[in-house]
Amino acid sequence: MYSRAYKTLVSLPPLLWVGLFLLLPYALMFAHSFWVVHDGVLVHQWNLHNYLTLFSKPVYVEVLLRTMRIAASVTLCSLLLGYPLAYYLSFHAGSRKELLYQLVIVPLWVSYLVRGYAWKTILGSEGILNGFLQYLHLTHGPVAFLLYSPFAVVLMLTHIYTPFVFLPIYAALEHIPRPLVEASHDLGAGSVQTFLRVILPLSIPGLLAGATFAFVLSLGDFLAPLLVGGASGTMIANVVQSLFGAAFDWPLGAAISVCILIITISLLFLSERLEKRWSFK
Amino acid sequence: MSAAAANPQHQLSAEPEALLEFRGVGKRFGAREVLKNISLNIASGEFLTLLGESGSGKTTVLRLVAGFEQPTAGEIWMRGQRLDTLPPYKRRVNTVFQHYALFPHLSVRENVAYGLRVQKTSATEIGGRVDEALRMVKMQEFAASRPSKLSGGQQQRVALARALVNRPLLLLLDEPLSALDANLRKQMQSELKALQRELGITFLFVTHDQEEAMALSDRIALLRDGALEQVASPREIYAHPSTAYTAQFIGQTNLLRGEILNGTARCGALQWPAGGPGGAVIFSLRPEDIRLASDAVAPPGTARFRAALQQQFFSGASELLEVNCGGGQLLRVRISARGPLSGEHEFVFSAADAIRVEE
Repeated sequence: MYSRAYKTLVSLPPLLWVGLFLLLPYALMFAHSFWVVHDGVLVHQWNLHNYLTLFSKPVYVEVLLRTMRIAASVTLCSLLLGYPLAYYLSFHAGSRKELLYQLVIVPLWVSYLVRGYAWKTILGSEGILNGFLQYLHLTHGPVAFLLYSPFAVVLMLTHIYTPFVFLPIYAALEHIPRPLVEASHDLGAGSVQTFLRVILPLSIPGLLAGATFAFVLSLGDFLAPLLVGGASGTMIANVVQSLFGAAFDWPLGAAISVCILIITISLLFLSERLEKRWSFK
Repeated sequence: MSAAAANPQHQLSAEPEALLEFRGVGKRFGAREVLKNISLNIASGEFLTLLGESGSGKTTVLRLVAGFEQPTAGEIWMRGQRLDTLPPYKRRVNTVFQHYALFPHLSVRENVAYGLRVQKTSATEIGGRVDEALRMVKMQEFAASRPSKLSGGQQQRVALARALVNRPLLLLLDEPLSALDANLRKQMQSELKALQRELGITFLFVTHDQEEAMALSDRIALLRDGALEQVASPREIYAHPSTAYTAQFIGQTNLLRGEILNGTARCGALQWPAGGPGGAVIFSLRPEDIRLASDAVAPPGTARFRAALQQQFFSGASELLEVNCGGGQLLRVRISARGPLSGEHEFVFSAADAIRVEE
């Protein structure tokens, strides 16, 4: 069909792009993770020093575990919000479907930073929520744990990633042939049984895709902890950021990044395997 | 069957007990009236076919019985109980869907067991009944397969087993054979009929294929634009169509528009003795009721005419002739195969075979 020269010409730009902006940086990062910094100078000396530091100093392991806990909480919360929403829209919204769908999507166009600052305004000591609680005389002073805590990070990330969880689930639900639902009712199953035996199993690929989005995106997030996390809400990406910045320890930062990368890739791999296992053509 | 025992037969009417009754059922979707005042009884053990063109409302009737739609007028009763107010999962009715609607994530066995499982039937009973149902449709060896691995005909059998395993009082079939190729369709027709006789389950069958309806049904209910046109046995509906629409829809026919004057019906060049009130009338005359004249004189009670052959279509045992009996009046005549014909011929038909029909 197409000449060899044409094929080469068309595939060259994407290959260059991937090579220059993906593979090369990763290779550099990988190399850095085996080097060290001595007296403020980067020494190209291959060793495992950074990885040993990473796993021997409790602070890094602790932040890594906290990050995974936060990511898991965000995933769970977004699923709990996103799935029922997608289910309602797909099966019961009727003529309001289009409008509601747009309402879910619109927040995605709003800048991440704006949404972050909005939560600051809501949760802060002088914020709307504290004002309201005091107005109701439910609390006497401002409630401090609302802002600058892992709770605030989970709240903000859940708000941001719920649409990402909603979308693949909604797509999966929309793809379930409606006669299957009718067949289930016809065979004597009520709404609950039909949901558990037909709708839920057939939406698992979407659910997995959504969960993966939420977990992986939360895992690498550094703005939410920066804006609303405080010291107790620091996540691993913040550690990497400071190592590459003020601390000037690129090799250790690179080692942490490699760890996150391995976790992420394993997760993507696992989720793809599971999605395949649960898709039926 | 437990429901049969629970419902004492206290019908007052002398007619055979109706399993299902439509009482003035109507259905609107917004401004569109899809069904108009349907009243129909279906007897226990009957094979009733809803026949009609696409858009005639036949599938809607089925969906009302299954419970996927609610009637906007009238009521549906089953064995002396109001049916149309029950949710689908509480009706002792099962459906074979047009595209089978098998659950893709379940094996053949799990698909068939679905209805029993949701009813919390014991595991041993489920095992036995599923085996029996799979044997009935000759699908035992595919028990572990997923539906996507099956051919259309095999999926059809699984869909049938999945419905029948629940021992419904009434089985609804929504054009179940339309997705199959011609040979397989014929085979499935005969299996379906045999299965229905063997099990004695009432079938409500929907199709647009009049041949299929004729071959399978005890009675045919012909729907036209959401209203019942005629309900009768295949032989009755073929021999005595009540309207011109029925006569044309079921089988082939010649519609003769003419008038009756002094005991004689006239239509173009044709005339034959006919009783009944005079005036403008329509007759239906089946092509096979016209034959080539062999005697020189027409016997009493018959009509004889001369016509020129225009077309001849050979179809094996018989052939269809298109003849012009003068003034552009065309008639179709079916005779047993007898080789090529040409020129003018004498034809004859019995006056009793010209059936008077309504517009």
